[in-house]
This record gives sequence, C-alpha cells and structure tokens, in this order.
Amino acid sequence: MNAPNTAGWRPELGEAHIAGDETFTGNRALMLDERLIFEIGDASTTGVDIDPAPAAASRLGNLARSEAIGLPGLSEPETVRHYTRLSRQNYGIDLGFFPLGSCTMKHNPRLNEAVARMKGFKDVHPLQPRETVQGALAVIDELAHWLVTLTGMDSVAMSPKAGAHGELCGILAIKAALEARGEDRKVILVPESAHGTNPATAAFAGFSVENIPATEAGRVDLAALKARLGPDVAGVMITNPNTCGLFEPDLKAISDAVHAAGGYVYCDGANFNAIVGKVRPGDLGVDAMHINLHKTFSTPHGGGGPGSGPVVLSAALSPYAPLPYVKREADGSLRLVEEETAADDQPASFGRMVAFHGQMGMFTRALAYILSHGADGLKQVAEDAVLNANYVLRSLEGVLDAPFGHSGPCMHEALFTDDGFAEGFSTLDVAKGLIDEGFHPMTVYFPLVVHGAMLVEPTETESKAALDQFIGALRSVALRAKQGDPALKSAPHFAPRRRLDETLAARKPVLAWKGDKAEG
Amino acid sequence: MRYLPLTPEDRSEMLGVIGAGAIDDLFVDVPAEARLPGPVPGLPLRATEMTVERHFSALARKNKAASDHPFFLGAGAYKHHVPASVDHLIQRGEFLTAYTPYQPEIAQGTLQVLFEFQTQVARLFGCDVANASMYDGSTACWEAIGMAGRVTRRKKAVLSGGLHPHYVSVAKTMARFTGDVLDTATPSLDGTDLERLIGAIDAETSCVVVQYPDVLGRIDDLSPLAAACQAAGALLIAVVTEPVALGAIKAPGEMGADIVVGEGQSLGVGLQFGGPYVGLFATRDKYVRQMPGRLCGETVDATGKRGYVLTLSTREQHIRREKATSNICTNSGLCALAFSIHMTLLGERGLRDLAALNHARAVQTADRLVAIPGVSLVNDSFFNEFTVTLPKPARQIVHDLAAKGVLGGVSLGRLYPGEAALENGLVIAVTEVVTDEDIAALEAALKEVLA
Repeated sequence: MNAPNTAGWRPELGEAHIAGDETFTGNRALMLDERLIFEIGDASTTGVDIDPAPAAASRLGNLARSEAIGLPGLSEPETVRHYTRLSRQNYGIDLGFFPLGSCTMKHNPRLNEAVARMKGFKDVHPLQPRETVQGALAVIDELAHWLVTLTGMDSVAMSPKAGAHGELCGILAIKAALEARGEDRKVILVPESAHGTNPATAAFAGFSVENIPATEAGRVDLAALKARLGPDVAGVMITNPNTCGLFEPDLKAISDAVHAAGGYVYCDGANFNAIVGKVRPGDLGVDAMHINLHKTFSTPHGGGGPGSGPVVLSAALSPYAPLPYVKREADGSLRLVEEETAADDQPASFGRMVAFHGQMGMFTRALAYILSHGADGLKQVAEDAVLNANYVLRSLEGVLDAPFGHSGPCMHEALFTDDGFAEGFSTLDVAKGLIDEGFHPMTVYFPLVVHGAMLVEPTETESKAALDQFIGALRSVALRAKQGDPALKSAPHFAPRRRLDETLAARKPVLAWKGDKAEG
Repeated sequence: MRYLPLTPEDRSEMLGVIGAGAIDDLFVDVPAEARLPGPVPGLPLRATEMTVERHFSALARKNKAASDHPFFLGAGAYKHHVPASVDHLIQRGEFLTAYTPYQPEIAQGTLQVLFEFQTQVARLFGCDVANASMYDGSTACWEAIGMAGRVTRRKKAVLSGGLHPHYVSVAKTMARFTGDVLDTATPSLDGTDLERLIGAIDAETSCVVVQYPDVLGRIDDLSPLAAACQAAGALLIAVVTEPVALGAIKAPGEMGADIVVGEGQSLGVGLQFGGPYVGLFATRDKYVRQMPGRLCGETVDATGKRGYVLTLSTREQHIRREKATSNICTNSGLCALAFSIHMTLLGERGLRDLAALNHARAVQTADRLVAIPGVSLVNDSFFNEFTVTLPKPARQIVHDLAAKGVLGGVSLGRLYPGEAALENGLVIAVTEVVTDEDIAALEAALKEVLA
C-alpha cells in the first residue's frame, strides 16, 4: 500500500485555497501530521558527528557490507521535531485519565526516572566484576526483600522480563517441582475469566489447559474446581483480585484443596495493586505469583513495555527458582549465583530464563516508588485504588449495567457491560466516544465472561475531580449509546485519526515501508 | 503522600456515595484472618523525595560506571555513546506514559514509531519483515527456535558453540519443558564450528542457530550454512548481539538466513546492568504468520487517511489463548523507541561511519595487545570485539585489572566456568568510546598484571 502521504503539501489545492476546514498543509494548528522517516530522510544525512576512523587494515574477513542498507538519517533538529510531533499523536497518563482495566495506568513519578539514570546504575555492564557492582546488586537485593515481605512469601525470582515471562517462570517452577517428585501431571486449571497469557503460558510449558467455570457472583466455582482436582492436575492459575475486579474469597480454600490433591497454586498478580500492603498472598496459600512492576510499582508502560515480572515463590517452589539471583555472603558482600555455583547454591534450579539478571532499570524505579511510599503509603495505595473504583462503580451503575454490582464491593476496577445499548450500538462506540471527550478508554471486551465488557481501573493517583469529570463523560456517552445517537457510531471525530480499518491491515499486511522499492 | 491526590475529606465523601462506613467495608471479601490490621510489619514507612534520592546516590557510588574507566566489556552488551536527544525524546510523557496502542486513533505516535522501527530492523538485518520487538536477544533467540519448530514441524535445533552461553542456557531451560532437542557445543579457540553445524543437519533438524559475529567476535560467511539448511528443509537462524556490526559487515539476511534475531541494546538503550534491553526479530514474508510478538501494520482511517494499527493479532495470546504462537504480551516499546531514534539520528551514513570507527579502534587495540609477551589473538576476523589468550587464567586478571581502574573485558572463565581449554581467554570489546589513552591504560595494566 504505502499510499502517498495526504498530510504533505497539496499544490493541487492552489496557493490561496482554503475550502471549509481544509488547510494547505493538511495540518490544523496544533494537530500536526508527520511523514515517515523514509519519506523525509535520506541515507546520506546524519544527525551524529563521528570522529574519522584511524587508518587500520580491515579484519572483516571479506564480508564488508557493500549493498545499500536503506536506512534514512535526519539531522538532530529534524529528529527532535519528528519524534516530538509523533509524540503529540499519543495519549498518555501525563495527559489525562487512562483507566485501562487490568493495566494499572498510574502516575509515573519522575524521581524514579532520575534515579534510574544515575550513572552508577544506567552505565554499568552486567558482566562487570562483582566488586565493581555492589551497589547494583544491593538494589536487587533490597527490592527482593520488599517483594518477599509484602507478599509473605519465601523467595523471589527477579529475572523475568515481564508479566507473561513471570507466569512462565512460575509454571516452570511447578513443572520442575513435579518432576522432582517423579510425577507427570498434565493439566493446569484456569478460570474462564483469566488473562490470555495464562493458558498461553501453560500450553507453552507443555501442559494441557482446562477451564473452570465461574459462579453467578463472578468468582471461581469452588465446588466445580474441587470436583476436577485429581492426580493429573498439576495446579491452578488464578488471578486475584480476578479480572472482573473481584477478590476471590475462597482462595485459601482453593489453595488448601489444590495442595491436598498434590497440586500447586499459581496466582496471576497483575492486579496486586488492589491489595498491596493490605493482604499478603502468602497468607492465602499461594505458591507462585508474578508482580508486574510496571503496574503496581509504577514503572512506565512506555507505549508497550519494557515490563518486569519478578515472581515470588513459596518454600515448596523456592528450590526450583531460576538463575541468576543475588546472594548475600557472610561478610555482607553480595554476589550473583550463576551456573558456576548452582550445583552448590541452587542444585534444583530449573535454569536460566534470560541473559544477564533481569530488568535492572525497572528495579531502580520500582524500589524508588516503594521507598517513597513505605509500608504505610502502600497500604494507602491499595485503599485509595479500591475506593476510587467503587466510587466509579456506584456512580455509574444507574446508567450502565454492572453485572456483579449486586454481589458487593469491587476491588481496584469496576466492570460494566453493553446491556441496554440501542440496537447496533456497542462497547466499541462508547470507547471511541470517550476518546472525543478527552479520555483514554477503559479496557474493552475483556474479560470475556460478560458481554461487551468495559473494565474501568482508575488507580489511586487520580483526584476526585478527575473521577467526577470522567464519570460525567462516561454517563453522557453511555446515554448516547442507549439512545442510539448516530454521531457516536462514527466517533472519534476529534482524534488525530478517525476509526482505522483493522480488517484491511490484517487482510493485506503492510508491515514495512517499501515505498522506495518497485512494487510487484 | 505526594503521589496520592485524595484528601481525607474526599475519602469520607466518596465512602458516603458508595454507602460504606469505612474503607475496610470495601475489603469484606478478604477473609478476616488475612486482613492486616496495619502496615505490613518489618518494613520502613514513607520517605521524602530527598531521602530516597540520597539512598540511591549512595548505592550508585558503590558501582564503577563504564564511562569513568577505560572500558572494554562486551559479550552481548556494548557501551556506545547515545546522543542526548534520544533520552530527551523517550522521556516525553506521551511516549513514556502511554501503553500498548489498543486505541489506535490516539496512539499513532507509538504506532508510526513501531512501523518505522520494524522497517529499520528488517533493513539492518537484510530481511523482509520485523516485529515490534521482544524482551531481549536471548528470549528472541528462543522464540526463533520455537518458530522454526512450527514452520518445519521438527524438534531438533543445532546450536553453534559460538552462540552466547546465556542464550544457550535460556534455550536449554525452555527445551527441557517443550521437548525440543538441542545439539550444543562449547566454542573452540581453534576456529568456528561451521563444519560441525553443516554435518549435524539431518531430516529431523528444524534449525541451525549461529551467532554473527560469534561470542568470541569471529565472523563467518553464513552462505554455505544457509545453503546446507535449505537443502535439508531446515531454517537458518542468525543471532546478532552487536547491531552496529551490520554497518560494516554483510547482513545475515543477505547471506540466506531465514530468521535473524538480535539484541538491540547497542543503539539508544545503554548498559543498565543487563536490562531492560530490546529483542530484535526479523524473517521472510512467507513466515510472518508464524512470528511471535506484536506487529504494527499500515492501513487507512474512515476518511482514507494513512494510519497504523497492531495487526495479525490472531497469532497472539489474547485471542488464541493456549494456541498462540507465544505467550508474549509486552514488547520492549520504550527501548524500541530509543533504538529507532538513535538509528534515525545515525542514518546509513552515520551507522557506516560509526561501524568503521569501532572496527578501526578494535584493530588498533588488538595490534597493541598481541605485542605483549604471552598474549595472542584468537580471531582471524572480527568487528569490534575479539578474544585473546593470556598466559594465565583470565578470570583473576579481570579482577586485577579492575583493581587498577581498568574494566578490561569478559573472561571466558566467567562465561564457561570449568572449561579448562577456555580459561585463559579474554573477550575484549572496543567501541567508539575507547580513547587512545584508554588503549594505553589497558596495555599498561595488562603488562603489569601479567608480569
């Protein structure tokens, strides 16, 4: 495809042509479109001054790259402008309310950015001799101590790179523990409301996945779960609070039953923000739980990562934790336990999940966030997050269907459905209408257990005034959906783009720019 | 607490709207015995910004920063100069505090960057198409092995001894659980293992995995290996841990690699003690539906205007659940942005100049070091990283050099503990940040500690 850019100069309009809301450039004041670097840059331009290479005979083994690579460059001012203009087509937490359920889009404190950029952290190589990185190892050790204590667990594996990678870590620990027991259990039970990563992770590790049903109240059906337990069940993966925003009151009973049947309990900790500092998952019998540092502990989401997913483990699973990890010696110094000493330090470890030691840049940020709050502040985080979500739930349940509103308070997120919308109007229309109101929409169509789900997670870093404005806007948009306002079907009207054709993108994939190559 | 806007008055007013008497009424689903009466015991209470900053400053001072010392470490992570504008731009709140572009109408910034990033990576690697990034090089490498298994419906992967040992370890961990069979080897100082790899390919082989340049810095023409793979219906996976090299040497895709993965940390990201980094993943058009990870594609909006969306998501976990190509959910968005900005600043000319400078500096350093008695060069060819053998185990030498203020390389003893044949090997990386004085300092310090 690579259609000609419509945002560039449009001489066909004539020099003085202003018709309706057309402009000569296609831009509209602060609404600035930006062409691709491949359309504005060229291979001979560079924005970096580089010292000339000293004379030296090539040792490249006759493999010098002679063909053109096709990488355009821009000068520094053009580069700054290109990315600044692009940035303005994005919505971020810094701009406004971003209630993306299950993603915990909370304020990203800039102190965290500052400490991560201290030279002693950002400019340290992962394979430096250990006597030159004691401060970096201390950050890992200190964060590990907080995570273990806050969760009431036995140990923590710090290296997983993101939540789904943490899930894999926990599931591999379970598999290793079963192997050590000489058991070949094949089945992992997963509630219907689970994140898609849960069944994907279990399948990746070679388990077969079976769904367990939910009750009318949106919780795991304990009786159905118990009925399915047996010698073929390796464990369960449960999200708590669950993806309907509800606490699983039977989790301890579930854990006890699973343990009695010889299985393990994996808890998806994506929603830990609702209970951090208030409840320790270890007290509920959990064997493994990943913690998304980019959710609960405020490391920036960055347009889709990097994440970080440390996994806290029970005493039963700790022996199988992956390499490497930080160990404190008798003299107080810190060292990494790697393959070399694994036979002595961690003989049952299931091995290494990643090169080097994990997301150090996220550890510094998360620890700065944790130290700033302290144990008392973290408890307040959970309370305010839950308070804000319930305020949204109760303020909107008169206009939007709240499928579990009858069953009591929610935790950190409020779930609504599309029940009562006019014929032909959907959750998607409400989401796009909220864009026009200046908000990032909530999570839509997840969880899958209700029709047209809208999952609102306000987080604790929103003021009451921000919540009131959002509640007013969502009420208005929801009423338009119920009344069948045709303008809502074509929203957003005021965003940098109107609705995008996702079907076309998937049917005829254009995944790289090929505008400079002959099209076949 | 400075990050929490609700006032006590707000809280009581909101509890009134909800119809709750106290905050704990909202936690009634938590069993009473699991509800903590106060803050989690045994942990400190809140701290001011200044206090936290001081704590981290003290810890940071306990580390030796690469930029404060003559610095020669590589082996999968490289110290390059990152232009100041890169870090400025990635800290724009609209990039930093956005999330996965689920609502493309208000995420065109992130999406267009991903489209540009995908194109840059594909071209750098000499491939048709790249994804929107993976966690890092090591996980991208394993994902490539998994993809080769899906494409070929075979389970045996042959790994070069020149593949970074951490990458091999990751693959071994995963293969243990997936049932893939890995044929691995330790590197030999006598030469690369192209012949072993070609000899190991059979009708069960899903892929051959080779690092380029390899962990000791050696560069092989991959064309014969690509031909051997193709003849047997296996895929060739090339792993690039130093993308700057591809400003100087042929791209693996140009030599027939089917999948090229890599670690993108060298451009824009920085050392960061090992993470976050950015995994690069590229392949042929015909395999795109077997690719893991997110993909951004071009489309049009309702008025016909060009725009970008995440696409082909029917491969992914949130749609396919247990049948997904990978369980991966996050990519490494902000690091991909940093990589892409740095690459845009460089452009082809800058990348080639940078690569030429890296190579020349490395050649100069190698020539100086091999003049030291007892030091010999392992490599016939290299880009900006090479391996020397010392007259004694390199592991202690690295500590001795550090004591003299020189961060002198990565010992093979650290990478391959217990391998006696490798214990005298030292892997030395030389990038544009290395000055003449740094080279002289390494030379002098090495002479002293070997004396």
